[in-house]
Amino acid sequence: MNGDLTVSAASKDTLPTVFGYIGIGVAFGIVGKAAGLSPLLVTLMSIITYAGSAQFVIVSMLVTHSPIFSIIFSVFLVNSRMILMSTTLASYFKRESMVKNILVGTLLTDESFALGMNKLNYSDNHLNFAWFNTANVISYMTWILSSLVGAVLGNFISNPEKFGLDFALVAMFIGLLYLQLISDKSINFNLQLIVVGFVLVAIYFGLIFIPSSLLILLVTLVACSFGVVMKHAFF
Amino acid sequence: MPSFNFVLLTIVGTGVVTWLSRITPFVLLKKFQLSKGVVEFLSFVPIAIMSALWFENLFVQHIGHLPSIDWANLLASLPTVLSAVISKNLLVIVVVGVISLGVTRLMMGM
Repeated sequence: MNGDLTVSAASKDTLPTVFGYIGIGVAFGIVGKAAGLSPLLVTLMSIITYAGSAQFVIVSMLVTHSPIFSIIFSVFLVNSRMILMSTTLASYFKRESMVKNILVGTLLTDESFALGMNKLNYSDNHLNFAWFNTANVISYMTWILSSLVGAVLGNFISNPEKFGLDFALVAMFIGLLYLQLISDKSINFNLQLIVVGFVLVAIYFGLIFIPSSLLILLVTLVACSFGVVMKHAFF
Repeated sequence: MPSFNFVLLTIVGTGVVTWLSRITPFVLLKKFQLSKGVVEFLSFVPIAIMSALWFENLFVQHIGHLPSIDWANLLASLPTVLSAVISKNLLVIVVVGVISLGVTRLMMGM
């Protein structure tokens, strides 16, 4: 990764995350097909909902014939972390037009967000529409195609977990977290480590009584507050 | 599986709430300025969210009890972290991660 904010730099920067989308997208297609969705509906869900892990939640709730409002509410909870990410990201696009802002937001994902945050460490704290939109569009296209391929492959494969592909996303978060830790100079390194440790403890104990759909958002909110308090008290 | 129309309606409904979560902050912040305190708070979002998404995958939830450990994911995370430290290259990290989980599951007979 370097400081260039061009379309070609974005394509290069996004390449590693493409493997994550392929792995999970194909797995989603297979799971959706196995649950009884047609390849058309699998693909439509990837086009319209476009929400990674939440799409697995939708399929499992459809299978159990959950009411539509409880499905929509669960998806809102799982994706409410998007509000935090968009809020963090929006300040870098203030100079771009409203339409471009909405476009960047519309296709925002965990991965493009994390990638963008990493990019900031190389680009002198700048982002632009060309770079971010390219990263977003590559991700979107890859996700749609992979889930379609998965739904078609679903006729032949029943157990996608065997290949370890579902770990691609987790590996990506590990990688992006590590790269963020070593390159983000705006927060003290030890403070960052303390916040990460806090998140681990909070997730562990939070899992006892908070549904996992809500946990990511709650832990993030508490961990950010914890970080601010620690920063003012000790750093 | 429910009817085609029900699934389609679900897809559109979940699509709308997800889209609103994604774009509302962009629309609002075009007009309003965030206070310094909020900006400081948000500066912790990237590491907090990324570590939360990772750690959630290391446990299996049992509401009302302590979570159990997802040993396959935990074991696969070790070489993945090591490859991050050594290579600092996202592509290498993802490939090592996938191979690690595949090998771990093979060895655990899963």
